[in-house]
Amino acid sequence: MNDSLLRELVPAVIAVLVRRGADFATAEDAVQEALIEAVRAWPRHPPREPKAWLVTVAWRKFLDAARADAARRRREERVDDEPAPEPGAAGDDTLQLYFLCAHPSLSPASAVALTLRAVGGLTTRQIAQAYLVPEATMAQRISRAKRTVSRVRFDQPGDLGTVLRVLYLVFNEGYSGDVDLAAEAIRLTRQLAARTTHEEVAGLLALMLLHHARRPARTGADGQLIPLAEQDRGRWDTRLIAEGIDVLQAALARDRLGEYQAQAAIAALHADAPTAADTDWVQIVEWYDELVALTGSPIVRLNRAVAVGEADGPQAGLAALAELDEALPRYSAAAAYLHERAGEPAAAARCYAEAARAASTVPERDHLTRQAARLNTQLRS
Amino acid sequence: MAKYLLLKHYRGAPAAVNDVPMDQWTPEEVTAHLKYMDDFAKRLERDGEYVGGVALSPEGTFVRYDGEGRPPVTDGPFAETKDLVAGWMVIDVDSYERAVQLAGELSAAPGAGGRPIHEWLELRPFLANHADTTE
Repeated sequence: MNDSLLRELVPAVIAVLVRRGADFATAEDAVQEALIEAVRAWPRHPPREPKAWLVTVAWRKFLDAARADAARRRREERVDDEPAPEPGAAGDDTLQLYFLCAHPSLSPASAVALTLRAVGGLTTRQIAQAYLVPEATMAQRISRAKRTVSRVRFDQPGDLGTVLRVLYLVFNEGYSGDVDLAAEAIRLTRQLAARTTHEEVAGLLALMLLHHARRPARTGADGQLIPLAEQDRGRWDTRLIAEGIDVLQAALARDRLGEYQAQAAIAALHADAPTAADTDWVQIVEWYDELVALTGSPIVRLNRAVAVGEADGPQAGLAALAELDEALPRYSAAAAYLHERAGEPAAAARCYAEAARAASTVPERDHLTRQAARLNTQLRS
Repeated sequence: MAKYLLLKHYRGAPAAVNDVPMDQWTPEEVTAHLKYMDDFAKRLERDGEYVGGVALSPEGTFVRYDGEGRPPVTDGPFAETKDLVAGWMVIDVDSYERAVQLAGELSAAPGAGGRPIHEWLELRPFLANHADTTE
């Protein structure tokens, strides 16, 4: 049975139930139960209309749950009398579901979990594994989130910016456990892009595709980090890069720039360069200027300083860095890199060691420790 | 089976025999050390003795309640002399002797000059949540 097809159908089925008057939390539970039925029944009795099958079974589950006083019934689910697909269902309903799951009243962690469950159709166990928390904890997080949004009216316009942030959070979580969250985020963003023409949705999709295309080259055999300049570009996925660039260009052509489009443009310039030395750093700095104007983010300024170091030389990069707060994440790592390029290995080694202490992931810490070790070894000889 | 915590310290434990900060090793020595730790965990996983492990950032802060309506008091980052836990590994093994043996192996991870670092690891048994049902 096709697991991903099943998951594609989840948001549409929830949306149908909610449109028929089910409250969100119960509808979502009912659909999860229908999915479990599907996993059991479909290998023996493949349905002609999977979505209609799921709607029928989920609706029955919902009615069962609604009749709380009815005795628990054990029964075989055999749906021979499949109804015809619903007329006029319901692309926009699914869009509403994205908004609901990323509702501003939810914490980012809750929004992420609810999106993966209700829009993505992942099981609670899969989500728990991906985020390395116990299943009971994740179950609580999801049911609290469902209670929170059950009070939200389903027909209110949602906040697309929040939806995009949630999807990007999922993407950045990457791939721990069995579930590839980056791939899942791309799938959900593709679905969203099929339902709305907003430029920033396309921008985020392009950004994800371009990052994802470089993933195979980003880590070595032992899981160690390989910096962009040293990556084997032959391992980049050119098909994904081409798709990302197409999506981005279509979005940029509409001339309504946003931060995801600008970030994707930077990623595209990296992906487009045949070698690291061919990277168009001058244009990358220009896109960082756009990003600074759009977001004012100090992290963006930090990245811009590194790009300036490539475009105009390490001293210019260090000067740009000097205007920023040293407490910024990765400040030491950026300073280390620029000091080394400026021919100051002792300062660079000190900064690398400091950056390793401040690193937030094990591969990053190990990479920075190796850089410090490399320079200190050179300095001794 | 009984669970034990192997605790690795950044500072505060007795100094390792081969006590050279990691950024003063060669990159190859760093790689060899990390590989040893990784292989060790993988082997325990294969043998069914590995429960989990985690690395902690050296940045830590003490936090304390400071009374109604006041923000918590913080103290940190740590001064140089304070104990600092670097990370831990939890193992589930048949005996205390086995736990000591594994801790000894982990402490023999190669360090500067490719020689074992002879690092002190703290070994702490888990307290069980319930009594053993087998007699």
